[in-house]
Amino acid sequence: MGGISSGFGAWNPIAWALLFVGILAAGFIVRSFGKKEYKRGTGQTKVFLSGNEEPEASAALHVRGRHLYWGMVEGLSGYYRRVQALHTGVLSDYAAWFIGVLGLVFVILVLVR
Amino acid sequence: MTALTNHAPVLLIAIPLLGAFGVPLIGKLGRGARNTFVGLIALITAAFAGLLAATVFARAGAPGLYVLGGGGFGVPLPSGLSVPIRIILEADGMSAFMALITALITLTGAFFSFSYWKDRSGGTLFYSLLLLLTAGIFGMELTGDLFNFFVFLEITSIAACGLIGFRVWLKNAQEAGFKVMALYTLSGLFVLLAVGLLYGQYGGLNIAYLASALTGSTIDIVALGLLLTGLALKAGAVPLHMWAPDAYGEAPAPMSAVLVANSQASLYGLFRILFTLFGLTISVATLGWILVVLALLTIFVGVTMALIQNDIKRLIAYSAVSQIGYMLLGVGVGLTVSVAKPDYGFVAMQGGIFHMFNDAVCVGLLFLVGGVITRAAGTRDLNRMGGLAHSMKWTSVLFIIGAFALAGVPPFNGFASKFLIYEATFRLSPILAVVAILSSILLLAVFVKVFQAAFLGPRQEGIGGEVPAGMMVPMVALAFVIVAFGLFPGFFIDKIVTPAANALWYGRDAYIGLVLGGG
Amino acid sequence: MNIGNLPFVVAALLVVLGIYTFLFKRNLIKLVIGISLVETGVNLFLVTLGYRTAGIAPIYTFAPEAERMVLPTPQALTLTSIVIGLATTALLLSFAVFIHRHYGTLDVRKVKELQG
Repeated sequence: MGGISSGFGAWNPIAWALLFVGILAAGFIVRSFGKKEYKRGTGQTKVFLSGNEEPEASAALHVRGRHLYWGMVEGLSGYYRRVQALHTGVLSDYAAWFIGVLGLVFVILVLVR
Repeated sequence: MTALTNHAPVLLIAIPLLGAFGVPLIGKLGRGARNTFVGLIALITAAFAGLLAATVFARAGAPGLYVLGGGGFGVPLPSGLSVPIRIILEADGMSAFMALITALITLTGAFFSFSYWKDRSGGTLFYSLLLLLTAGIFGMELTGDLFNFFVFLEITSIAACGLIGFRVWLKNAQEAGFKVMALYTLSGLFVLLAVGLLYGQYGGLNIAYLASALTGSTIDIVALGLLLTGLALKAGAVPLHMWAPDAYGEAPAPMSAVLVANSQASLYGLFRILFTLFGLTISVATLGWILVVLALLTIFVGVTMALIQNDIKRLIAYSAVSQIGYMLLGVGVGLTVSVAKPDYGFVAMQGGIFHMFNDAVCVGLLFLVGGVITRAAGTRDLNRMGGLAHSMKWTSVLFIIGAFALAGVPPFNGFASKFLIYEATFRLSPILAVVAILSSILLLAVFVKVFQAAFLGPRQEGIGGEVPAGMMVPMVALAFVIVAFGLFPGFFIDKIVTPAANALWYGRDAYIGLVLGGG
Repeated sequence: MNIGNLPFVVAALLVVLGIYTFLFKRNLIKLVIGISLVETGVNLFLVTLGYRTAGIAPIYTFAPEAERMVLPTPQALTLTSIVIGLATTALLLSFAVFIHRHYGTLDVRKVKELQG
């Protein structure tokens, strides 16, 4: 029940959700076989940073939005340079794109009929 | 009750219109009275949209007529032909589907605004413009007359631009308002030119009448090109999309969601014209491939431009542009194969149409969360906010739901519609499905960026704080719809999406026959 | 060429002039004038569609007998379009005033803070 079929594949979210819950439950059962005798708040649960001190949680530590996908944007920099340059922000350019696409659509429709 | 059901199409347009002009009067009585009035109008409109949808889907999406002015609408000519002469509202499965989307989005937008716009002045005119926009969108979705469609198109353009530039103390909002109004007006004028061409050629303005009279001559092709490009600009297809980040980014947060509903109504107009007005009188393969190429460009450029934005609302706006591409892709693939009508064409249409609903709800939720983040952090710059999850736990959960749903992660509703689109478009050409899937993954990356920038990280002093219930309830309602449609997609696809897709795919003859056969 | 086609040619010319103004002028007010030109061209086109040779105004009161009338529907369409044009031009001009107030310039190539 509750499934859709696209003619070539099927997707049943209820089955997926049950499977997800089942895997979570299995993971939880495996976790419950672990050691229970440890003391919270002592050195046993502290973060290990190669022997360094854990720094103060301040705003300077936060990785800002612009740095997050730097590598990917650098890799695609050729594409981005050209495409971002096309988004000039000038209204006349927007209208030029509009008239350009209009002309192109006319040419295609009249040529191919 | 039957009287209400019969009049539901026109009441859907009339009640918000009455509300729009009544709000300034009621506003004299004070804020509470005004908010109650607007809320009441929004609820009544949503109720009528539900009633219309129930009626239309109960007869499996077959079209139903409403003649403005009542009575017969056909004038018999000496040749025996009957020319429809009144303005006719024709609601079939696709119209009812779009009406449902619009009702949901404007309802949540209005209720969110009660809390969001509480401390500011100018609220009366704000709600007036919102109700005017709602009336215009419903008019676009329900009308069966081409010039009436143009009039409602212009009503929505004016109301939308009024809302974009509403905060006159903001510099960028004025620039956005000017740019968007200029482009909307230009495209509206080209649509009017096309309507004039068709009227001059065939002597009628009714969509069904024109559909039966079209011959595919050069003038029809010119009109088709004008309509296609004009409505594609209003929908936001690349390379005509450049106004969209400005518009969605500068409008007040609840209005960005309603502006997305506006773009989807233009997309509906495009589909109505391509499938019902022109049908098979034109080369559907060419036209379908034009739509598919536009769709691929939109999907890819939209999501890659979203990745580099620093402004949270512009980023969500670019992802909204990208999702329009998925709708164009699904329906474009359907149009391309609508001569031979293989099974995958119908599945593609189901996916594209279902995605219209999913995108409206998910992007609506994301824009509302974006507004909440902006208000909590005091800035729209992603590089200056952080650590909001410490104090806004519910908001971060809602953001995750909206972002995962839009990116097509199971088990949310975005996955159900994107699954149909991937599987069906793969059959036409594997490239389509590859671009679509990669862009979905990129969209997830985009929202991970937003989540990291806004919510994760150490707590920053002076910002954050959980939102009041007035803003939380609409967002939770949208999230509930997302989860419900995600867990039971089959039910909603059978009841709502398939009649809508049928109305476009098979329903041209029924649409025409209802107007020309009767009267 | 039929002389009756002249209004159509003029309408097309107005539309092309309006598009040219919108694309190549720099002052925001001139862009609004360009849109107004396009709109005038489309309105002229609509009115001309209704003309019938030697037709009289489509009014029944005191109409001469057995005269052909021009079509009234395009006149109604044009009136609607003129009113819509009024609203859009008013909104565009008020946005232009606010842009001048905020940016200090009306040059469309300088009003581009929203880019990229």
